[in-house]
Amino acid sequence: LNTSLSTPIFRPAVSVGNVGQLAMDLIISTLNMSKIGYFYTDCLVPMVGNNPYATTEGNSTELSINAEVYSLPSRELVALQLRSIFIKYKSKPFCEKLLSWVKSSGCARVIVLSSSHSYQRNDLQLRSTPFRYLLTPSTQKSVQNKIKSLNWEEMEKSRCIPEIDDSEFCIRIPGGGITKTLYDESCSKEIQMAVLLKFVSEGDNIPDALGLVEYLNEWLQILKPLSDDPTVSASRWKIPSSWRLLFGSGLPPALF
Amino acid sequence: MAATFFGEVVKAPCRAGTEDEEEEEEGRRETPEDREVRLQLARKREVRLLRRQTKTSLEVSLLEKYPCSKFIIAIGNNAVGVWEEVGCAKLWNEWCRTTDTTHLSSTEAFCVFYHLKSNPSVFLCQCSCYVAEDQQYQWLEKVFGSCPRKNMQITILTCRHVTDYKTSESTGSLPSPFLRALKTQNFKDSACCPLLEQPNIVHDLPAAVLSYCQVWKIPAILYLCYTDVMKLDLITVEAFKPILSTRSLKGLVKNIPQSTEILKKLMTTNEIQSNIYT
Repeated sequence: LNTSLSTPIFRPAVSVGNVGQLAMDLIISTLNMSKIGYFYTDCLVPMVGNNPYATTEGNSTELSINAEVYSLPSRELVALQLRSIFIKYKSKPFCEKLLSWVKSSGCARVIVLSSSHSYQRNDLQLRSTPFRYLLTPSTQKSVQNKIKSLNWEEMEKSRCIPEIDDSEFCIRIPGGGITKTLYDESCSKEIQMAVLLKFVSEGDNIPDALGLVEYLNEWLQILKPLSDDPTVSASRWKIPSSWRLLFGSGLPPALF
Repeated sequence: MAATFFGEVVKAPCRAGTEDEEEEEEGRRETPEDREVRLQLARKREVRLLRRQTKTSLEVSLLEKYPCSKFIIAIGNNAVGVWEEVGCAKLWNEWCRTTDTTHLSSTEAFCVFYHLKSNPSVFLCQCSCYVAEDQQYQWLEKVFGSCPRKNMQITILTCRHVTDYKTSESTGSLPSPFLRALKTQNFKDSACCPLLEQPNIVHDLPAAVLSYCQVWKIPAILYLCYTDVMKLDLITVEAFKPILSTRSLKGLVKNIPQSTEILKKLMTTNEIQSNIYT
């Protein structure tokens, strides 16, 4: 995998509502990114299916597995999509393998798309935007300044043990899957990492995914800036063909 | 958290899998005794390859020991064949019905490997047990090894209940049983049925084998039979017959009508006395 020094790698965390993964699907589908390889690991539950981003009969028959790498050389973007959950006890080994790959691939920074339980918000968080970001200390100054200029909310520290009043404060991402582990490991390994997340509840998380990609787009400008009309937002991201029937097959007419 | 119709607030299962905090705490709180229990459980769940006749283990992966040109894997009770046995993969998990894993008889065997007497490079694996997620990669390693040969072709046969099939119509109106296929990039022949349409996906051991073959560029095809019964059933087994006419398997079955007779015989020997309590 050849990546230039300025290439960021996107990856979703398997987190509440699977919002990171849905957002990743939107990015890969909209930018028509090409598959360049697999992240073959024994840490994720196996699954296969035909091309989830198929647009025609012709491109619908390429087999996809649970962890694949896509790229868009013109924008120097690489994306890792994860499609299944971790096998028990394998999430930490996965983080180690992933970060070791990131380091050896020479990419500039990692952007993790994730989510956190909305019911765990405190009063202040309930009243503010549902989007949060985190940057590791080794992140380039220029990126830190850019994020500051967007007036984004940084993820707040909360009590490490919520039930105990005099507990220390730390970063907690409940429902975020391996997001916190990745963030902590990247801090200690001096990897440039940005975490972008949204507070969500389980349910139809498509609007949350659209929100998260728009949030990312404010920074990276993957697509042209949004106009003031919010209805334009949904239509400019290409919904993949694999999102059909998210809530099951058709109903038997005899039911009615 | 989610509110039920009756106004209670309950913890809703998270689609992201295990709650991360629980797993982190498990790691922090694990005592030496806990660790010992976990390691013992992992040892009990290990996949072991052995020769049943001599009860000896195979020292290397199955396909490193035996050269193979064609490998047919039948996963589940409905996809069977009649061949000569070369070994088996013994494993235990919570889904196994028998607790006696030391004495195997023909009805207790888990994944059994056969080869064709007339053409020993053609292998069949009959896997009628559930291979759990944490055992699937082990199974692959024990059978295929870490450096698989690329000059073999793999065919996987399995079944799913028709309600697993996602379609815009109601699944009740589908003419089951019906076949669908998924193939790796290096499998150049055509399938004898339509390919599995998105958004349908495959899990478990068939997915593990197909993923492995896709990554290692081995030609492989999975035939999936969607059926509305899950016990051995002649109609469902017959649904697999078109596969016998495909280019890769054509030479293996000399007489198609005779195969129906063999299938019928298998049905009788496998019939279990059943009553409403089983």
